[in-house]
Amino acid sequence: MGSNVAKTLLREGWEVTVIDESKESLLRLGEDYAGGFILGPGLDIDILKEAGVERADVFVASTDGDNTNLVICQIALRQFNVPYVVSRVQDPFRAQFYSDQLGIKTVSPTLSTIHMLLDGIHRFQRSES
Amino acid sequence: MFALIIGGGKVGFNLSEILIEMGNEVMLVERRPERFNFLKERLEESVMYGDGTEIYVLEQGGIERADVVVAVTGDDEDNIIVSQLAKEKYGVQKTIARVNNPRNQQTFDLLGIAPTVSSTAAILSLIEHEVVPADRLVHLLTLREQNLEIVEAAITGRSPAKGKEINELNLPEGILIISILRGIHSIVPSGSTVLIEGDRVLAILSPGMDEELRNILVEAAK
Repeated sequence: MGSNVAKTLLREGWEVTVIDESKESLLRLGEDYAGGFILGPGLDIDILKEAGVERADVFVASTDGDNTNLVICQIALRQFNVPYVVSRVQDPFRAQFYSDQLGIKTVSPTLSTIHMLLDGIHRFQRSES
Repeated sequence: MFALIIGGGKVGFNLSEILIEMGNEVMLVERRPERFNFLKERLEESVMYGDGTEIYVLEQGGIERADVVVAVTGDDEDNIIVSQLAKEKYGVQKTIARVNNPRNQQTFDLLGIAPTVSSTAAILSLIEHEVVPADRLVHLLTLREQNLEIVEAAITGRSPAKGKEINELNLPEGILIISILRGIHSIVPSGSTVLIEGDRVLAILSPGMDEELRNILVEAAK
């Protein structure tokens, strides 16, 4: 997910740096990836600084760990005042609480899928009636 | 008292057993199936299966009536999220969180999660205490909320404070000598107490006074 966002933004002319704990994600970014890459845990404040969080306009946390994403986003928001911070959160309930109460924009793939499924069913329902 | 404990590793399990023995009500939450089965045999109704960072699991565990929520999983981010949900969503008065990696302490502080407990940091400070060179200050305790720290300094043969009364040291504001350990005795000092070689001096400091105290007690600045 993160690698697709990174590659798309890069094509659109953004300066992009990716942080990941594994070197394999560099493979996923592809040979022609021309952005920055920092190897290490995104939870680590020194790693975030090395990646340039202090001058970032946008911060995206899209690891597969909901809690990791929510904690890193709060660091970006509260310590580094990044203007736009968005977190991937699988669990719709946690996503809602953190966006309502703590000002983090959340994207919940689970919730999106539920909406798409229901939309499909409703369209079917309408076509039948 | 009712304690909701998230994370059934060694810390969470032992804590649960002791709290129950003391007559408290406990609910321990564990998400690893095999570990849960082990805990179930020991703790019976006081343990439940689930991811303690999920809202419905916390609610099933009774977070709404918990007197204290203890987050002691092996993942710092999980402990942070549990403590945040407990405090900010459910208004739990007391939360205690474990810090696994001392590097993450600043994140707990940033997000206002206190008090925290870190066995790694505790062991580290014990090691520091045992193997510290004589010319350094040993940090014994940091009182985060009060913004004070307690340190220990050794008076060696070349210490500028050796043979002097405490009055003569002209300690600046922000440094207070609270005790002197001399052999097996501890002395509550007065202004006329004389420091001798081998003394270990306990002092309470405001932030940033470490170097100043070191210059006065341990080694004059070069």
